[in-house]
Amino acid sequence: MTSAVAANRKPKVIHPLWVRITHWLNALAMIVMIGSGWQIYNASPIFGFTFPRSITLGGWLAGGIMWHFAAMWLLVVNGLVYLTLGIISGRFRRKLFPIRTHELARDIGDALRFRLTHDDLSVYNAVQRLLYLGVILAGVVIVLSGLSIWKPIQLQELTALFGGYESARVVHFLAMAAIAGFLAVHVLLALIVPKSLRAMITGR
Amino acid sequence: MARIRKAVPGVDPKLLVKDAAKLLPDPARRAFLRGGMSLGALAFLAGCDIVDGPSAESALSKISFFNDRVQAWIFGLNRLAPTYPESAITRPFPFNAYYTEDEAPEVEGDTYKLKVGGLVQEKKSWPLSELYALPQEKQITRHVCVEGWSAIGSWTGARLSDFLQRIGADTKAKYVNFICAEGYSTSIDMPTALHPQTQMTFRFADEILPRAYGYPMKIRIPTKLGFKNPKYVTEMYVTNDYPGGYWEDQGYNWFSGL
Repeated sequence: MTSAVAANRKPKVIHPLWVRITHWLNALAMIVMIGSGWQIYNASPIFGFTFPRSITLGGWLAGGIMWHFAAMWLLVVNGLVYLTLGIISGRFRRKLFPIRTHELARDIGDALRFRLTHDDLSVYNAVQRLLYLGVILAGVVIVLSGLSIWKPIQLQELTALFGGYESARVVHFLAMAAIAGFLAVHVLLALIVPKSLRAMITGR
Repeated sequence: MARIRKAVPGVDPKLLVKDAAKLLPDPARRAFLRGGMSLGALAFLAGCDIVDGPSAESALSKISFFNDRVQAWIFGLNRLAPTYPESAITRPFPFNAYYTEDEAPEVEGDTYKLKVGGLVQEKKSWPLSELYALPQEKQITRHVCVEGWSAIGSWTGARLSDFLQRIGADTKAKYVNFICAEGYSTSIDMPTALHPQTQMTFRFADEILPRAYGYPMKIRIPTKLGFKNPKYVTEMYVTNDYPGGYWEDQGYNWFSGL
C-alpha cells in the first residue's frame, strides 16, 4: 500500500498540517476570549469574586468587549474549519472513538498513579479521548451560549434553549471554567511529555 | 471612593464615579491593551507589532465597525423582544449611569420642550402636554446592560416610529441622534428607530417617569443594550452623518443590538 511505503520512508505524521494550524489559531483565540471574557465578567460578576486585573485583557470594559468580539470571529471560523475537517477526514472517528467504559476506568486509574504512558502519540488513551471530546463539546456550548447572550432577541429561540438570558450567562461561564480547567491540565501534560508538544508543532 | 460634585452633572470624565472600578477610567484608558496576558501571550503568539497600542486599538475599532454592519444585517425589523408578566418586573429597578443617583439631572416639566431637528419636515419643539397626548402603549421587557446584568421593567409611551411619521422624518436617513439634559448622547440606526417596540417613554411601572429613570422622557429600545436607551432626552435629530455617542466615542460598540 502506498501509504505504508510512505510511512516507512519517513516518521509517521501524527498531526496533519490542518490540525496544527487550527490548534494554534484556536489557542490564540481561546486565550484572547478567556482574558477578555474575564474583563467583561468583572464588570458585573455572577459569583462572589472577580478576576485579578493583571490577568484580564483590554484594560477596561469597552476594551475587553472589543477584544472579545474581534477574537470571536477567529474562534468561530477556525472552529468550523476544524470541526468540518475533523468530521470529513474521519479523524474524530478514528482518534476519539470508541470510548469504552472499562478502558476509561483502567486509564483513569493509571493516570492517577502516574502510570499512563504515551508511547504512541498517534493513539489516544481513553482519558485523552474523553477530555478531547469533552473540550470540543465545551467549545460548541461556549459559542452557542455566547451567541445567546450577544443576541438574546434576534436568536431568542437559542437563548430560550439555555433557559433565558441570565442562565445562558451562567452556562457561558461554566463552559469557560471547563475549558480553562482543560487548558491547565493540557498545558501541564504537554510540558511533562515534550514530544507531544513537538508533534503539535512539526507534525511528527 | 472620591466623589466630585457638580451642580449640573455633565460629560466631565471626572464624573465617572460609580463605575470607576469596572468601566475603567480615563488615565488608565491607555492601559487598553496592557495586562499580563496581552503582552505575554499575545506578543508570543501574534507578533509584537499587533500589541502596539494605537495600531491594535485602530484594528479593533475597524472590527467593531464591521460588527456594526453584521448586527444591522442580523437585526429583524419585526423581530420582537420577548415580553413578560407584571410579576416578572425587577423591584427595585436598578439605577445606572456614570454619575450617582443624587447627581441625576432634574428637568423642569413645565418648561421642558423636546427639540426636534435634522431631516424632518416639522421642526418644532414639543412640550410635555403634547407629547403625553400621543397614543401610548406599555411594554414589559428586559433591559440588558453592557456590563452583563439584566432587569425587567415596565415602560409606557409612544412608538418612536409613529412620531417620526408624524413629524415627516426622512426615514431613509441613516441615524437618529438623541441628546440629553446632562450632556449624554447616543444615536441609533433608522431600522431600530422604526422598530415597533422602540418607544418614547413617559411612564415607568405605570407612574410618571421618576427622575432616576429619566424624567421627563426616556427612549426605550428593548433591542439594544441599556446605554443605547437614553434618559432625560431633550433633543432628537435625524441625520446621515454618523453622530457617535458618549460611550460609543470611548470604545463601546455603536450598534450594540440584542
